[in-house]
Amino acid sequence: MADGSLSDAFVEFERVQKSYDGETLVVKDLNLAMPKGEFLTMLGPSGSGKTTCLMMLAGFETATHGDIRLGGVSINNIPPHKRGIGMVFQNYALFPHMTIAENLSFPLEVRKMGKSEREDKVKHALDMVEMGAFGGRRPSQLSGGQQQRVALARALVFEPELVLMDEPLGALDKQLREKMQFEITDLAHRLGITVVYVTHDQTEALTMSDRVAVFDDGRIQQLAPPDTLYEEPENSFVAQFIGENNTLEGVIKEIRGGTCLVQLDDGDLIDAKPVNVTAVGERTRVSIRPERVEFNKDRLSPDAHLLKATVKEFIYMGDIFRTRLSVAGNDDFIIKTRNAPDQVRLKPGQEIEIGWLAEDCRALDA
Amino acid sequence: MSDATAPDGSVLAADGTPLKRSLARSLRLQKTRALLLVAPLLIFVLVSFIIPIGAMLFRSVENSQVADTLPLTVAALQDWSPEAGTLPEEPVYAAFVTDMIAAVEAKEHTKLGTRLNYEQTGMSSLFRKSGRRIKRLDTESGAPLKDQLIAVDKKWGDVETWATIKTHSVRYTNGYFLNAIDMQRTPEGAAVQPEDKRILLKLFGRTLWMSLAITCSCILLGYPIAWLLANLPARKANLLLILVLLPFWTSLLVRTSAWKVLLQQQGVINDILVWLGMLSDDGRLIMINNQTGTIIAMTHILLPFMILPMYSVMQTIAPSYLRAAKSMGATNWTAFWRVYFPQSVPGIGAGSILVFILAIGYYITPEIVGGTKGVFISNRIAYHISSSLNWGLAAALGAILLAVVLILYWAYDKIVGIDNVKLG
Ligand SMILES: Nc1ncnc2c1ncn2[C@@H]1O[C@H](COP(=O)(O)OP(=O)(O)O)[C@@H](O)[C@H]1O
Ligand SMILES: [Mg+2]
Repeated sequence: MADGSLSDAFVEFERVQKSYDGETLVVKDLNLAMPKGEFLTMLGPSGSGKTTCLMMLAGFETATHGDIRLGGVSINNIPPHKRGIGMVFQNYALFPHMTIAENLSFPLEVRKMGKSEREDKVKHALDMVEMGAFGGRRPSQLSGGQQQRVALARALVFEPELVLMDEPLGALDKQLREKMQFEITDLAHRLGITVVYVTHDQTEALTMSDRVAVFDDGRIQQLAPPDTLYEEPENSFVAQFIGENNTLEGVIKEIRGGTCLVQLDDGDLIDAKPVNVTAVGERTRVSIRPERVEFNKDRLSPDAHLLKATVKEFIYMGDIFRTRLSVAGNDDFIIKTRNAPDQVRLKPGQEIEIGWLAEDCRALDA
Repeated sequence: MSDATAPDGSVLAADGTPLKRSLARSLRLQKTRALLLVAPLLIFVLVSFIIPIGAMLFRSVENSQVADTLPLTVAALQDWSPEAGTLPEEPVYAAFVTDMIAAVEAKEHTKLGTRLNYEQTGMSSLFRKSGRRIKRLDTESGAPLKDQLIAVDKKWGDVETWATIKTHSVRYTNGYFLNAIDMQRTPEGAAVQPEDKRILLKLFGRTLWMSLAITCSCILLGYPIAWLLANLPARKANLLLILVLLPFWTSLLVRTSAWKVLLQQQGVINDILVWLGMLSDDGRLIMINNQTGTIIAMTHILLPFMILPMYSVMQTIAPSYLRAAKSMGATNWTAFWRVYFPQSVPGIGAGSILVFILAIGYYITPEIVGGTKGVFISNRIAYHISSSLNWGLAAALGAILLAVVLILYWAYDKIVGIDNVKLG
């Protein structure tokens, strides 16, 4: 599971717990270590405690138990305004009664910086997000995307080493969001800042981050780089949450080295890779990505186990075909195939046989 | 294009009529229906609000009593001027007697006396006395009526009496307004009242500054409460809101009287202070029947009108603004003063306008706890309406009060901008 230890950690959560009401733990046991310069995303469904973690780091909530360290120093007793952490809020929190330039100037003013230096920095920060011409406007006179850029510039203008962002792109439309995703990562890497980014959008998490921490139920379910997360989910939750995924349920029949044999609930046998199952007879939920399912027998090993499937629906999506099958009692089994000239287009009602490589099918906890 | 166009360039509808006219026709039905729906309210507002206020304001300049009751006298006085210092000639007296006989018949002469008594004391009794004897005068023999009338009351031989009648014989007068600002209408034009009669300007001034003091203390007391309301968890906030609204459910009279019990010299607060040893028994504070009493009681009564608009504005200020400010390095105080407070100003503005305007016209509370030093201009208006029955002066005072409020409103709009005011 998520490992908290790292020798040169910049941000560290150690055994952190948080409860708002004294009855339930919102954050159960958080261990996390980030090196300087990392772009880490907290990903998880709504209510999983991501914002709470961010607020504890920023100092707006206190941890009920455990230690939070920044640069090796425990910050539990340092008030928020002395932590020097930049923040971008979901609704941007741009001060409506100040102009854009005054908004950016605010963190510099409270640091008692001289006027000319302030103006230089504000200009530089606005140029950095391509908003140089908008310094005299009010936040309400800007579009959502522009406000987003200003909020970013404001969080960076006082040159914090750590920047926290809580669903900063949540209010933007898809196209703008993709553009801003790129700009934020680009900026973060250029400036070498450490970023903790919160989102519930897995695509955003996968495309932007160096590492992703998947949150559920107040715990980190898996902390890994995006490719590992997608290809090697460590438990059912992560497999379900990241990307599209087919699941079948059954019992472990046999574990042999790197593979295991699973007997599905309707009696069929399949090959899988044991991930967090240990014993024969244990119930398991196997997980297989739609694009890893194969129905061309030539591409499968001769001794692979095959399953009978009935085509329920064929959806043409342009670049890919998406086919819904009924497999082993599961009517929602999806396969995806690339739209290539020689690709077969399945028809509803057609009976086929499907299979996969054992390492693509992961036997996880039930 | 399929749109038909008339020779003059206007667009035609499908049946050939100009589009504008056909649109107007189709909208007319809608408008009529909408008008019918609001008609009851419109009529109600007209009958119960606009007409009475208009009538009241009209009374502040209307002055036909003299001209209506003594038409011949007024005409005869035309050529007479009080400056010369001589009494009017016989024709004026003759005209007056004729008018007076008619007035007595119609029982109008006492009203006239009352009206003129506002301007010169003694007029009321003069008219009543003359009314009783006017029929006994000898109008047949041709004996000079001038002498006969002076024999009835020697005031008729006084230039001043006739000057007063002439001065106030105009149908529309500025006299009430002059009275309202401690001046009077004289034959020579506007002049200040004698020292001992000048009280209204002082009362206006006091009303304004006390309303301001009440508004300020409402801001000071209301701001923290509104802040709590907006920031406490919903359940506690609701309880607090009920406490804030509780006074609305108790009679105004009861609340004001409660302050009398608390504030008087033998009252609860003084008793406690004496008991605590902070006051000596003969050094008890005088907190009632003066300005202090009025300010305290009215602050309490008007506080909800300050808290509610503030609260509704503060509710819209997201907590993330304060957090953002603090994350950027601002201390609690800086974050509040530079970020939260400016955003709450529209609430303060709305509350202040509301409280100030309510305070400036308040009547019951100053009447009960204000004594003589703590009363407002509205108490004076009430006095003229129900006791002295000088409705013209009351109307003029009311009109001035209305004008002051409108001017302040206008000034506020210039300085702060009325768009910045949020009442909810
Ligand atoms: N200020 C608060 N008081 C009480 N409960 C809270 C508070 N903030 C969040 N919670 C609860 O904590 C849980 C986690 O919330 P949050 O950290 O906001 O999740 P996320 O950001 O992942 O959606 C939720 O169940 C939420 O209701
Ligand atoms: Mg959240």
